[in-house]
Amino acid sequence: MAEIENMEVWQDPETIQTILHNAQTVAIVGLSSNPLRASNFVGFYARRHGYRVIPVNPRETEVFGERSWPSLSEIPEPVDVVDVFRAPDAVPGIVEESIAINAKALWLQFGVIHEEAATEARTAGIDVVMDRCLKIEHARYIGRMHVLGFNTNTLSARREAPA
Amino acid sequence: MSEEHRPDREFGFHTRSIHAGARPDPTTGARAIPIFQTTSYVFEDPESAAAYFNLQEYGNTYSRIMNPTVAAFEERLSNLEGGIGAVAFASGLAAQSSALFTLLAPGDHVVASAALYGGTVTQLKHLERKLSLDVTFVDPDRPQNWADAVREETKLLFGETIGNPGGNVLDIEVIANIAHDAGAPLLVDNTFATPWLCRPLDWGADIVVHSATKFLGGHGTSIGGAVVDAGEFDWSNGRFPIIAEPSPAYHGLAFHETFGTYGYLMKLRAETLRDLGGAMSPFNAFLFLQGIETLGLRMDRHVGNARTIAEWLSERDDVTQVRYPGLAGSKYGELVAKYLPRGAGAVFCFDLDGGREAGQDFIRGVRLFSHLANVGDAKSLIIHPASTTHRQLTDDELAAAGIGPGTIRLSIGLEDAQDLLWDLEQGFAQIG
Repeated sequence: MAEIENMEVWQDPETIQTILHNAQTVAIVGLSSNPLRASNFVGFYARRHGYRVIPVNPRETEVFGERSWPSLSEIPEPVDVVDVFRAPDAVPGIVEESIAINAKALWLQFGVIHEEAATEARTAGIDVVMDRCLKIEHARYIGRMHVLGFNTNTLSARREAPA
Repeated sequence: MSEEHRPDREFGFHTRSIHAGARPDPTTGARAIPIFQTTSYVFEDPESAAAYFNLQEYGNTYSRIMNPTVAAFEERLSNLEGGIGAVAFASGLAAQSSALFTLLAPGDHVVASAALYGGTVTQLKHLERKLSLDVTFVDPDRPQNWADAVREETKLLFGETIGNPGGNVLDIEVIANIAHDAGAPLLVDNTFATPWLCRPLDWGADIVVHSATKFLGGHGTSIGGAVVDAGEFDWSNGRFPIIAEPSPAYHGLAFHETFGTYGYLMKLRAETLRDLGGAMSPFNAFLFLQGIETLGLRMDRHVGNARTIAEWLSERDDVTQVRYPGLAGSKYGELVAKYLPRGAGAVFCFDLDGGREAGQDFIRGVRLFSHLANVGDAKSLIIHPASTTHRQLTDDELAAAGIGPGTIRLSIGLEDAQDLLWDLEQGFAQIG
């Protein structure tokens, strides 16, 4: 796994929460129709929690009943978050496309680490999260990760609305 | 979706001891964590039920696998230890055996400290026979012993922050490096230190196990345990197909690929706990949560009392040895300064100048120390191993276990130190 000195700057809790709270549309690059793959877990979960999920994968025709697009550039509607399940060397190309389609955020999943490309995206005004899982972070701050004994690292004496 | 943004803050240990995992109940507003005394949970709809059973969504299904009161305990403990999560069990030994069961396969090798708690050694020897494992026990004080014992099949190194009866302090950072060079995780039993005195994960340990029965609860009312994961170990390094490869129990789900750093804990809960069934009861979890609220306060007092008593004992002529690593001049002094700056715990042994009979007479003399086989209670505890827990052993076998015929083990409680000294004085008077 690539080692990055300051991984924390790509995993900022404020940025993560801003993205999760504001996003409506998530394009998942590398989304698989195989229900055992991590990308499918994340897509399934995101849909359950009200996000519009757009599959981007030239090897799929349809995932979750949604048409799968061969590339980001071909998606005929605005995209808030580009969520990436691809090998790190695919990231620079995805960043170029993300800038071209005016995506608001780039989310690189576990192990999808590419510091230069991430920096380029950030310079272009895109919020970037790297080496984090969108499903887990959603479950930590908004969802119910705590029901399985995970450390959400959140702490509050306020009463939340029932789930 | 809520608009609320929570600015992140690094809260202190005492704040987290009280608040971590303790969100007010969203349905009733209950401020205390309710005891969810229920076996099962009604599903919202068939789709949600399927999602929970497929592990696609975080939700409650059955209290053998998860329970909201137990989850609050798990989150609090993992938060205090600096882990990514925890799974609670019915006892410390259930936690340990499940931690091992999840990551080991037949033919695997374990390097373990020879100074581990006797119940742990017995468990390892039992698992060795039943699961075709191989365990090498090493004198934990020399790191080279650990390195020399490592071999190709080594999948785990296993030690304790503070050992017993010798008070051995583990050089966690050094042993963790040896483990990682071997591509294996280091598991540390942190029962005697608690996260207030030491956080092994901060020093490179990968997994921490606890007997919550002891200081975490602090009240001696409940049996329980837990496994905490740092989420740092790379289970996909090619040596742990048991975690990295598709699981037949979940239609071919690969836990490490799908859940990333959470893969080990997911497997520990969704397979090991589900199948072996050593779940913690919600009532016990509630009592442990009550205990943890005051963990730091109590540990400071446990340690203060222990230091006073250890020093007092070390100045007596009728005591040949006090094995408290926190004493000035202890051979573990440097390790205590590094790993246990707040104190070296509150359980230690001392040796009477006299044999088994002197030990039994001493026990007969005290009236405030409770004569029983436990440690880590608010009440001070005492036991004479040679006539109880290690009764069947010969003097030579006792010596091999680091126990003399006149060894007394103390677990120092929260009483007034002067009262405890008064009581010990009565023990000495009984020997005559």
